[in-house]
Amino acid sequence: MKPSAFSYECPNDLQAALALLASDGDTRILAGGQSLVPMMNYRLAQPERLIDINRLSELDYIRDDGGVIAIGALARHAAIKSSDLIKEHFPIVAEAYDWIAHAAVRNRGTLCGNLCHADAASEMPAIMQILEAELVLLKVGTSRVIAAQDFFLGTYETAIAADEILTEVRIPKPAAGTGWGFEEVAMRRGDYAWCTVVATLRISDGKIAAPRIAMAGVNDCAARLRDAEAALTEQTPGASLFDAVADTVADAATPAESSAGSAAYKRDLIRALLPRVLNDAVTRAT
Amino acid sequence: MTGNQFTEGGTNMTKVSFKVTVNGRAREATVPPRMLLSDFIRQELSLPGTHVGCEHGVCGSCNVIVDGQAVRSCLMFAVQVEGSEITTVEGLTQGDALHPIQQAFWEEHGLQCGFCTPGMLATAQELLAQNPDPTDDEIREAISGNLCRCTGYEFIISAIRSAAVKLRETDTETTPQPV
Repeated sequence: MKPSAFSYECPNDLQAALALLASDGDTRILAGGQSLVPMMNYRLAQPERLIDINRLSELDYIRDDGGVIAIGALARHAAIKSSDLIKEHFPIVAEAYDWIAHAAVRNRGTLCGNLCHADAASEMPAIMQILEAELVLLKVGTSRVIAAQDFFLGTYETAIAADEILTEVRIPKPAAGTGWGFEEVAMRRGDYAWCTVVATLRISDGKIAAPRIAMAGVNDCAARLRDAEAALTEQTPGASLFDAVADTVADAATPAESSAGSAAYKRDLIRALLPRVLNDAVTRAT
Repeated sequence: MTGNQFTEGGTNMTKVSFKVTVNGRAREATVPPRMLLSDFIRQELSLPGTHVGCEHGVCGSCNVIVDGQAVRSCLMFAVQVEGSEITTVEGLTQGDALHPIQQAFWEEHGLQCGFCTPGMLATAQELLAQNPDPTDDEIREAISGNLCRCTGYEFIISAIRSAAVKLRETDTETTPQPV
């Protein structure tokens, strides 16, 4: 399968890219291309114009900005996966990358592109929501910052406007003592997740504090599990609590039947994975 | 980069000209932006060793080395490689001699039909450049993005393990060469 015809722009600086994006036309940004190009090869996406941002080296960074780690639009998955800053502050991100695509794809693909693609089975949209990342959206003359939890609207749907570029993800460093958990089931590592559950929490005086849980691969969009978080807050961690919370989440889930299995199977995955993730997070919390 | 207007299938597109080095040889080309790097390598450069399997980034058959990194050539547009250095399977051989990784695949029966082999070789090349002495688990992880429908993978793992030994021996005998 081949992509349909499009015109191609390859600006040398961000302002030129923004100016191009401000003009009319069905335009997509081309960064790593590891989600967009398959969509184009399938002709699920047929943009009239691509703006290739690969020459904007000013966007290729992973930077310590004090309270946050800032990741630019051209930072590749491979660079983030091997970054000492990421390993130190967000071990969940480094761990998750073992499950995200394969080396050749990670060499090109970018975190920002992955977030803009907003695949329902993608891990990073879930992880960025529990890490309470902020996304910086630029357009000509102005910028805005949106919380990750407000960015994802549905399968392949985000809050980005047609004339905006996601230039940076800003992830706040977690509070000291934060524990984390990550579990996924997929056909093989790197394939689409059948179910991914991620969590961070702290333990304060033996009780769960600030639990943040999200799930991907089940519903139409990665999202925080707010009811589950409320049910865990200030509770004593334990198997019966975790199983009860997992039951509630599984019952409320709306998984589609797919080649990955029945809705009942996906609910079983939630019941299996969510308690494991919470246990890991409690064990890692200090 | 220069452009000239032409019409294809009723759609106005501008072809794009660029320069690239492939297997050590400087090339110049003018192609429509929608041409995939895999098609450019096979059709425009007449280097059919790069195989096209799924064309959506799953199978790894089309992996080539671009600026030292293994990439899916079906997930890049040819116009994006301006100024890059590309190595395809045709660039692995040194004269008539097989590259040590190819020799190891030959000796260890690391292929049957051969369709996945050029992509496997590119992946192995990147792995061994980064990690000269990988464990079997690391080899499995590295080739997890390359599908083989013949071998069951075990002989490919043996081949890459054997290639690692060959390359380490080569390195101690001669000045290290980038693979």
